Amino acid sequence: MQKQAKNLIDKLGLDVRLLGMIGALVVIWVVFGIFTDGRFLSPRNFFNVSVQTASVAVMATGMVFVIVTRNIDLSVGSMLGFIGMTVAALQVQWLPQIVGLGHWSIWIIAVFAAVFMGALLGAFQGWIIGYLTVPAFIVTLGGFLVYRGAMWWVTKGQTQAPLDPTFRLLGGGAEGTLGETLSWGFGIFASVVAVALMLMSRRNKASHGFTVKPVWAEGVLIAIAAGLIMCFVWIMNSYPIPKGAMRRMTEAQGIEYTDGLVWNHGVAIPVVILLGVAIVMTIVATRTRFGRYVYATGGNPEAAELSGINTRLLTVKIFALMGALTGIASIIASARLNAVDVGLGTLDELRVIAAAVIGGTALAGGAGTIYGAVIGALIMQSLQSGMASVGVDAPLQNIVVGIVLVFAVYVDIVYRRRTGA
Amino acid sequence: MDKQTPLVDMRDIHISFGGIKAVDHVSVDLHPGEVVGLLGHNGAGKSTLIKILSGAYQADGGEIYINGEKAEIHNPRDARKYNIETIYQTLALADNLDAASNLFLGRELTTAFGTVDDDAMEAETRKIMGKLNPNFQKFSEPVSALSGGQRQSVAIARAVYFDAKILIMDEPTAALGPHETQMVSELIQQLKAEGIGIFLISHDIHDVMELCDRASVMKNGQLVGTVDVKDVTDDDLLGMIILGKRPEGVPVQG
Repeated sequence: MQKQAKNLIDKLGLDVRLLGMIGALVVIWVVFGIFTDGRFLSPRNFFNVSVQTASVAVMATGMVFVIVTRNIDLSVGSMLGFIGMTVAALQVQWLPQIVGLGHWSIWIIAVFAAVFMGALLGAFQGWIIGYLTVPAFIVTLGGFLVYRGAMWWVTKGQTQAPLDPTFRLLGGGAEGTLGETLSWGFGIFASVVAVALMLMSRRNKASHGFTVKPVWAEGVLIAIAAGLIMCFVWIMNSYPIPKGAMRRMTEAQGIEYTDGLVWNHGVAIPVVILLGVAIVMTIVATRTRFGRYVYATGGNPEAAELSGINTRLLTVKIFALMGALTGIASIIASARLNAVDVGLGTLDELRVIAAAVIGGTALAGGAGTIYGAVIGALIMQSLQSGMASVGVDAPLQNIVVGIVLVFAVYVDIVYRRRTGA
Repeated sequence: MDKQTPLVDMRDIHISFGGIKAVDHVSVDLHPGEVVGLLGHNGAGKSTLIKILSGAYQADGGEIYINGEKAEIHNPRDARKYNIETIYQTLALADNLDAASNLFLGRELTTAFGTVDDDAMEAETRKIMGKLNPNFQKFSEPVSALSGGQRQSVAIARAVYFDAKILIMDEPTAALGPHETQMVSELIQQLKAEGIGIFLISHDIHDVMELCDRASVMKNGQLVGTVDVKDVTDDDLLGMIILGKRPEGVPVQG
């Protein structure tokens, strides 16, 4: 029986680690589903968890590269706050004076400003780490303090709200989704792309005369991939928009609201952003020279250097990328709350590192995957949301998350030792 | 042979680390189709000298001429431009990557979209490994899962694949069994016949006597001298390595 299962996994070419993480996730969902009489498994909860995961997961994809190259970034939470506050002040105080309140360009300027600011701050930290050879732990610990302080100076500690209405859509909520029709379209598009990529890879392998998976195995994988995507869209499309928001939205569109009218949320925009980031980062990690050099440097920095890789510049690029992703995460986090106070992003660095590490990124360097980090973030968020909905006290929540983090890494170490990887 | 322009001419190279003269005004040269052995104790400076040629270290002073022209080698990328390839004693492999990724590290094959073409690289790796080490089959595993000899053949393949004109081999047989050592010897003969110049770093005198045309001996960072291998005995070389004594009645350069 066990042998058969192993054989099946081999044939399908599945990653055991991935299966393990998905298994853990399913267990968490089922357990909380039982304890909440199914509330945890409702479309509403899945929608909320997906939105809450987005910000941390976006940063976790960048943290994979940072940790793979044997570095660490402790500054992302503070940087998220600093960027969030600056960009909020930009929307609330500065831009309205220049282009006028509610101008269409405000959200676009704000988005570019956030990403650019993150890339710049990250590149500067990367330069200190790569060229001045100050350890990343110290540089980003400094950044952790500097950005949190700088955040206060931007507005003298004043909370910034409300944000630009269009910008706010990037954080999710009733309006901040693709809507039902577009969500289906998105699901179909994503499925087609996934299937096309799998078939292309198969054809390429076959053209070099390598052995490919049997046709049935490829078929099963394609069915699973497309099925999961469509299933996700279906769940998101089963969460009706609450009445208050419906009244607001129908009014805005000039449609008469009746009690019989039901609209569903669909896929939230931050989730679309996360998926986009995850796909781009996966391509960067596995299909670009930059990604290859990240892993080579993590595996053996000296060998990378001797192979002609400029590892110093690489460090600058990695931290700039981490910063840009922090900028994107900051957009999602601030837009979701529709306000930025001085606490935004507190402890996020630890959530991000934990997500990457639970997702199988080795602190020793050289190993880690983007999908792992995203699933890691999802596991962390599911645990926290689940405990909150069961009514576990906040202090106990932290205790559980802490224990799970250590346990997950222990399991990973045992797994690596067994497989010799 | 000495009338010819040397392939590599390193002149008056010196480098110090924290006051210690690791390489102290050393000159060596290498001709096409020639194997020059670099001999000496651990810490004699032979690896350091060769890392200056491969771009891993920057000399404090001295000049390098490639085919008679002054070469500027500031990093490993520069060295590769002069078709200098190195097989390091540590092999310099990224253990977490597979053979193809290591073979093409820094020089990846790309698709029309500019993305790395792993399938094409694996196909090329299969071809060259088929020639070098036909038993090699582990193409999809990280090189950490390979045996010492297999890892060595990946490192050798990397140096040979890219049309090396100048090959540096730092203790290429130190980690190998007798059969694999024999394979490396045959490879050296073959490369030599193709006109490639090889610097062979070794502390095994028998290797040097068998494979090399000339031997340069270093001691405490200084060059003891360079001799034609056919002019000297094992004992002469040992005297040079241990005592720093030049053999009598034999032409010695440097």
